[in-house]
Order: sequence, then C-alpha cells, then structure tokens
Amino acid sequence: MASSLSLNDPLRERQSFAARAAVLFFLALCLIGALVLRLVQLQVWEHEAYQTRSDENRIQVQPLAPPRGLIRDRNGVLLADNTTIYSLALVRERISDMDALLARLDGLVGLTETEIAEYEKRLQRRRRPFEPVALKVPLTEAEIARLAVDRHRLPGVEIVTELVRRYPPESAALFAHAVGSVRRVTEQDLQRLDPVRYSATRYIGRRGVEHFYENSLHGEVGYQRVETDAHGRIRQVLEIDPPVSGKDITLQLDSRLQIAASAALGGRRGAVVALDPRTGGVLAMVSNPGYDPNLFISGMSDEIYKGLIDSRETPLFNRAINGQYSPGSTFKPVVGLAGISTGVTGWEEHIEDRGWFKLPHQERIYRDWSWKPSNSGGQGTVDLNRAIYRSSNVYFYDLASRIGIARLAPFAAQFGLGRNLAVDIDQASVGLLPDPIWKQGAKGEVWYPGDTVNIGIGQGDLLVTPLQLATMVTTIANRGRVVRPRMLLESSSPLVELDPPPPPPTVQGPSPDDWERMIDSMEDVVHRGNKGYGQNGTAWAYIGRGIDYRMAGKSGTAQVVEIRQGETYNEEELDEFNRKHAWFIAFAPADDPVIALAVLVENGGGGSSVAGPVAREVLDAYLLPQLALR
Amino acid sequence: MSNQDFVRRMPGAGSSAAGATLQRIHLDPLFLSLLIAIVGYGLVVLYSAVNGDTAVFTNQLIRIALAFVALFVAAQLRPAFYRRWTPFVYAGGVLLLVLVLFVGVTVKGSQRWLDLPGLPRFQPSELMKIAVPMMVAWYFHDRALPPRFSDVCVALLIIAVPAGCIVMQPDLGTGILVAGAGFGVLVLAGLYWRWIFIALLAVAMMAPGLWYFLQDYQRQRIVTLFDPQSDPLGAGWNIIQSTTAIGSGGLWGKGLFQGTQSHLDFLPESQTDFIIAVVGEELGLVGILGLLSLYLIVIARGLYIASQAPATFSRLLAGALTLTFFVYVFVNIGMVCGLLPVVGVPLPLVSYGGTSAITLMASFGIIMSVSTHRSW
Repeated sequence: MASSLSLNDPLRERQSFAARAAVLFFLALCLIGALVLRLVQLQVWEHEAYQTRSDENRIQVQPLAPPRGLIRDRNGVLLADNTTIYSLALVRERISDMDALLARLDGLVGLTETEIAEYEKRLQRRRRPFEPVALKVPLTEAEIARLAVDRHRLPGVEIVTELVRRYPPESAALFAHAVGSVRRVTEQDLQRLDPVRYSATRYIGRRGVEHFYENSLHGEVGYQRVETDAHGRIRQVLEIDPPVSGKDITLQLDSRLQIAASAALGGRRGAVVALDPRTGGVLAMVSNPGYDPNLFISGMSDEIYKGLIDSRETPLFNRAINGQYSPGSTFKPVVGLAGISTGVTGWEEHIEDRGWFKLPHQERIYRDWSWKPSNSGGQGTVDLNRAIYRSSNVYFYDLASRIGIARLAPFAAQFGLGRNLAVDIDQASVGLLPDPIWKQGAKGEVWYPGDTVNIGIGQGDLLVTPLQLATMVTTIANRGRVVRPRMLLESSSPLVELDPPPPPPTVQGPSPDDWERMIDSMEDVVHRGNKGYGQNGTAWAYIGRGIDYRMAGKSGTAQVVEIRQGETYNEEELDEFNRKHAWFIAFAPADDPVIALAVLVENGGGGSSVAGPVAREVLDAYLLPQLALR
Repeated sequence: MSNQDFVRRMPGAGSSAAGATLQRIHLDPLFLSLLIAIVGYGLVVLYSAVNGDTAVFTNQLIRIALAFVALFVAAQLRPAFYRRWTPFVYAGGVLLLVLVLFVGVTVKGSQRWLDLPGLPRFQPSELMKIAVPMMVAWYFHDRALPPRFSDVCVALLIIAVPAGCIVMQPDLGTGILVAGAGFGVLVLAGLYWRWIFIALLAVAMMAPGLWYFLQDYQRQRIVTLFDPQSDPLGAGWNIIQSTTAIGSGGLWGKGLFQGTQSHLDFLPESQTDFIIAVVGEELGLVGILGLLSLYLIVIARGLYIASQAPATFSRLLAGALTLTFFVYVFVNIGMVCGLLPVVGVPLPLVSYGGTSAITLMASFGIIMSVSTHRSW
C-alpha cells in the first residue's frame, strides 16, 4: 500500500501515519494486556502463595531461653542467680569495610587481638544471614554509653543483651566446686541435647549441682512470633509464649559453715566435706583453692585460662570429690571394727607394740610412726582402744594381716569405700578399695600378705576421696546406719533427677556395744589428755582442750612418696608436693551426732596437728551457736 | 507571533474558559490533568515507599516542580524551533556522549555521568532519549515517505552512533531505549512492514550469538529471569521480593502504608525502579490497573495529538516520544513482575529521581507544543 504514495502528499502521509499509530496503539494494548495477565496471575490466581511467602518473610518464630533456676543454700542465701550482660556483636552482611570498623571500635571500647581472633573463628561457623556474631563480651556500662553515642555511625554494630548465670562475686570462688558452674553449649552438646528444648539455650551446667540438676534448672523454652525486617531486626512482637523458668533449688549447704571451713583451711590446698549424719546432707564442701566460675561465662583471657589450667595448685580440680588419697590412719577404726566383728580380736585382747612389725618368715620391717632407726619406739601394750587413740600402726599391721583381705575388703566396702554412694554428686570419684581380684586385673600380680599389712594402716593401694571419708565417718557416727550424701535439700517442685537409689544396707557385724566402744576410743583421740607422755589421745594436745561438746575423731597422715627400708622421713628434704597429706575425720556430739566431717590438708604434714585444728574450727562454728541457743 | 496561534477546542477537555486559557499558554488541558493525576498518584505511593522520610519526599516535590517548569518551557517553543535546532542538539549530544567515554565519572562500574565544571552532574544519554527521535524525524521531514532504503540506512546510522556510545558505557538498557525511540520514528514514518519483519527475523536469528557479547552481569539477569530461585539471596532477591510484594497485595492490596514487603525493607529499590511493587502490594491489582489506565490514556492522547499534527517533523516526533513513554512503562512493569530481565528503567513520573522526570516532562512539553501550535 505504501508504495503507491507520491512524493509530497501530506494528506496520504497523515493517513499513513494515523494507520501506523493505530497499529502501534493496538500493539501497546496487547503488551499491556500481557502485563495485566501476569498481574492477574500474581495477584489473583497465585495470591495465596505469595501472601504466605510474604508472611514467612516477615514473621519469624524465635525461641526464648528460659531463665535458669536459682540455687540457694539452706538459709536461703543465693548461690547462683541470673543477670543481664551486654555484648558487642557485628552483622557481617551490613559491614563494608571491616578493618576500618574494627579500628574505630578499638578506639571506642578497646579490642584485644584475642577478641578479634575469636570473632573471626565464630564468623566461620554456620549461621543465618544477618545474624549478629559476638565480638566483645561483656561490655561495661561506660562502653555501652560510648557505643550508643556513635551508634548511627556504626552500621552493622549491635549491642546484644543476654540473661546469663551469675554467681555472687563475694562467694563465687568459695562455692565453685560444690555448686559447679555453667559453660557455653558446644556443637557436641547440641548433638546429644534435645534440639527443641535447647534451641535458645546458650549455657549448660558444667559441673556440680549445675550439672546434675541441669534438667530441672534449665526450664522450658518459650517462643515469640515476631515481625522482622529484611535485616533481621525485630519490629514488633506479635505473640509470645513465655518460657518457663527452671526450678529453684535449695541445697543442704550451709554457707556459714562453708565460709568457716574455708577460713579454717586458710590458704592451704585441701578439702573439707561435712555431712549431716541424720540425712547425709552435704553441709559444707570446700575444695581449696577455688576459682571464679563467672570467668567461664563472661569469658577470660588466654592468660588467665592458662593460669587456671597450668597451675600446680590445680584450682579447677575438685579435691573434695575427685581427689583420691590414701586415707592413712583414719582407716583404722574400720579395720578395728572388722577385727571385732570377724572375731579375730576382742576389746580385751592386746599386743606388744615395739615400734615395728614383721610378717612371719619375711625380713621387711613395717614401722610405727614412732619407730626409730634403732628399732626402738612403739606404744607398748596396746589393745584396740589404745591402738585407736594412740594410732598404733603395729596393732593394725597385725590385726589386718590376721583378718585377711578377703574379709577386710568386703567389710570396708559397707562404709562406701570404692563406690560412689552420693545421690546427686555423679561426678565423684570412687577411690580404690583393693582386693586380690583387682590387683590381678590391674597389675597382673598376685596379692601378697604385705599388701594387706599396708591396707591395715590405710596405705598401699587404698584410695579414698574426702567425700568418701566423710561418708565413712558418718557411718560410724550413725552406729552403722549408712546414709547417702546428697546436695539437695528441697526444690520449688519435684525434680526429674531425683529418683534416689534405695538406702544402702546397715553395716553388718559390729554389735551396738562395739560401735559405742569404737566411738569412745575416737573420743579418746580428742579428749584423753593430761595422762602423761605416750598416754594422751594423738589429737588432744592440738584440739582437745576447752571443748564444750564431746567430739569423736581420728587423725591420719598419708604418705605421698614411699620411704625406703631403713630411711627416715625428713620433711625438710622433701619437695612441698611430696610431703605427707594430713587427714582428720570427726563427728559431734559423739552420742547424738549432728555433723560429721573429713578434713584434708594436702602435703600438710601431721593429721592431728594440721588437719585436727581445721576440724575443730568447723565443728565449733557449727555447734557452738546451737549449744548457745540451748 | 502568539496571536497567530490556532487555539483548538478539544471535546470534553478544552470546552471551559480555563481550558481555553491553558490552550493559550500552550498547555493541553486533558494531557495536563492526566499528568497531574499520575504525578499525584506517584507522590502518594512514594510517600509510603520512603517510609516517612520527608527529606526524600520534599526533594521529589522540588524535582516534580522543576519538571513541570521544563514542560511549560518546552511547550512554549514552536515545533519549527525544535526542527531548526535539532541537528545542533543531536550533534552536541553525540559530542557529550563521546566525552563521557573519555572523561565520564564511573559509578557502580559504568561510565555514564558527566561532571562538567559549572554544571550539575548529568547523564548525556538521558538527553539522547529525546534528541535521537528528533534527529530521525528531522531527517525524514522533507523526504519521501515511506522511506527509501538509502534513507533508512542514514536513519539507522543516526540511531546507531549515540546508541553505540551508550552501550559502550556500558548501559545496555538505555542504549536499547534510545535506539527504540529512533526505531519508533522509522515505524511511524511508514517503514515497510516486510522490512520490519525481516529485521525482526534477523535479530531473532542472531539472538543466540548476541549472548556472547553480553557482560556477565547481563547474562546473570537473563538467567535470573527464568529461574530466580537459583540465587535467592543474590541476583534473584530483587525479583523474588518484588513478585512476592505484588502477589501478596491481591486484588485490593494491603492498604496504603500497610505494605510489609516495602516497609520492612524486603523490597529493594522500592522508591525507584521497583516502586510499582509498592503499588501492587498496598493498592492491589485495582491500584495497578488504575495507574495503567492513566498511562494508556496518556499514550492514546499522545498518538492522537501526533496524528493531528500538520508537519511531518512534529508528527513523527510527538508519536515517537509517546511510544518511548509507553516502552518505559512496559519495560519497567514487565521487569518488576518478572516478565523481562532487570534493566535500570524507572517507572515514568512515579519513581523517585530527577533526571528521568525532567526529560519526560520536557518531552510532554514538546508534544503539547505540537498540539497547541497550529502554525510552525
């Protein structure tokens, strides 16, 4: 059609143009029609799918961590509560120049190289886009204020608040071992924990009560439905299903006694475990040195951590339940009761103690503590009573060898040795109550009669923890009734963890009279005095004077290094860490005990002189106020 | 000379005394009311999209005012004046484009801006959106139509030089739009349909080969068009969020200021290129259809004015400018709802931005000049 146009024909040109314009307008209509079709598809046909997608974009369900249950002592003193900490976190996606930002933050709050290195490590882990990653924990009030001022110039910098465990600083180190602590949940934890319950939880019980009662202390996770923007910031909370706080628990611990026990130990390495003989409640559990468990929550420098780990004094080590030592002479009352109840000896029988003992047909000399290189010394004529208050080694060498390991070990086992009787101290060590089967298995050797001789005075392979010795002396205090040590006094509601094992059977063998006579002998250890040289109780001179109550006790001194035949023990020549451990076990009042305890002073020296006064101080602290009330 | 001007009375639009006054100052009443409606609609949507940021909003108000000034000025100039100056504007524009290639300012990897002393920074390619169709119309003004083959070749050269410069910046989107405006003149000038089909066929056959000339990011945009989920947090993010915004709006929308996609920052570029998604989310299908209707009436009116123009130059120019306007609308909305690859084309008169608004209003001013100046 167009070819028929002549050169300058305005009219036809205009007609041609109008036709073209019409065609093009029609084309435009078609294209707009295509757009409208697409819009109808999006907004009408597939509207619901996009509506859902839009809601999923903005609405998120976030888990809320429950506040951890509180821990109190028996007097209601808080041992563990919760506090809010603030941390500096970065959203990597919103930061363009990381180096510049770090330099700027360094100027504001100061960053260590460790913090930056740790941050970079955390950044490598899997996370959602726009999830803040912690850089500095915790922030002080002043640091928060400085950051707040510059906030608008610091894109990608967030201050994250978190509710965390807090151990009151004044008592944190003192209770660290008994109460335990929490630590950050690790990847490995997440593999064994309930992923739903722990979806918001950052900390988990690490040791002690915090560990054992984790389930109850943790509480139940809550949820909130929130509207977030594209950067993950919460704009509004739409719905909240609050978390259920963990259960509050009250411990048997008496913080006044704990303080007294720690004070009595002074700065020395050691442990004190005090039990209520009637219930087995742990009234005090001190392991010295302690540590500040708050450090494991807020984080600490490598230097401090190395110090804790590498220290020769091992502050992280809970001596009270994991320290395994020879009980030394504190074991003698058990051997004595074994001798009586097996009929091997009687209360009236006596031996002649010349300071040393030999097995028939053997050359090896087993010494008394009073032995002298001239083979003189000893306690003279010794019956069981005197053997206890004078702590005669020779008497118990002889008695143990006559009882034999086959009868001695099962008898001692009744007192909880070689086992963990505790209800809620699952991390306690079991010590070692050796017997021929154990020796064959562990050392591949047969049991020699000499092994039994050493066991008789609590040496050799026999190992106990302070908790076990406290349990043992509690059993004596209870005249054979065995109680399980327990940390828990009560809780706000029943705890899932508490399905206590049945009480252990009462010790079989000794008659009521035997128990009383043994306890009388242990009273003599403390109270028998002013009788002249070699006639007083071993502890009398140190703790026996001016006691307002009757106390039964037994000292123990455990060798750390073997002393060869013919050599004497010279404390000055030994390295501090090779000196003897000092033990003292005691309970009071002797006829109606309300407290029984075991004291250990590592490398302290003599049990009566070093550990005895500690025991006395603790008992005084517990009993004197009670006596004053009566 | 204004007393010689012919004042036309448009049925339904220019019958009132006010309409007559507007005519006298060379403003087309219907056209003007449509533009004001679109701009008003756009400002309301923008006010929601900026989320109460009054500074941005005020900024846009100033630009819109400037754009209307540009429209008014452009409308006062006679079509003959435009024709006289066309070769110079075109040559100047090409010169500036060449200058951009050498001394342009690089923003986001493309050298598009010119920062001449004493002038605000601007994009010469924006000028070419008007200058190229003007030049092609100028060329065909006193030549035989439909154009002969040799004339078509010259016209293609007129188009290719600036378009080539723009593509080299690189700014493929604007290059195609500029070339499109030129081709619009060709088609309106009566270019034989068979030539058009042959050309389209040739382009379609070469399309696979063109793939190799595309930059990586351009290829990525095409891949994303067909499969946005291949990179949902990266290249696909924009299109996923914009279709989600539009789709979730439904028939009636979530209500003005109630859009979650835009107000919670899920929708990127919600004030600029992707603003139609805000309309879709907050005002629904009905809201978009309303805006589309306004656009369609503008296009119809523009083409009508063009077809009534007495001279070839003004006819072709007004028609081509109207078509360009349509292409903007179509490309922008097509891109936002996932029909076309993402190219940087704002939604005419609604998107936040000064240059585009001023260029558009100037071109509407030219159309009004064509409509209101009987003699030229």
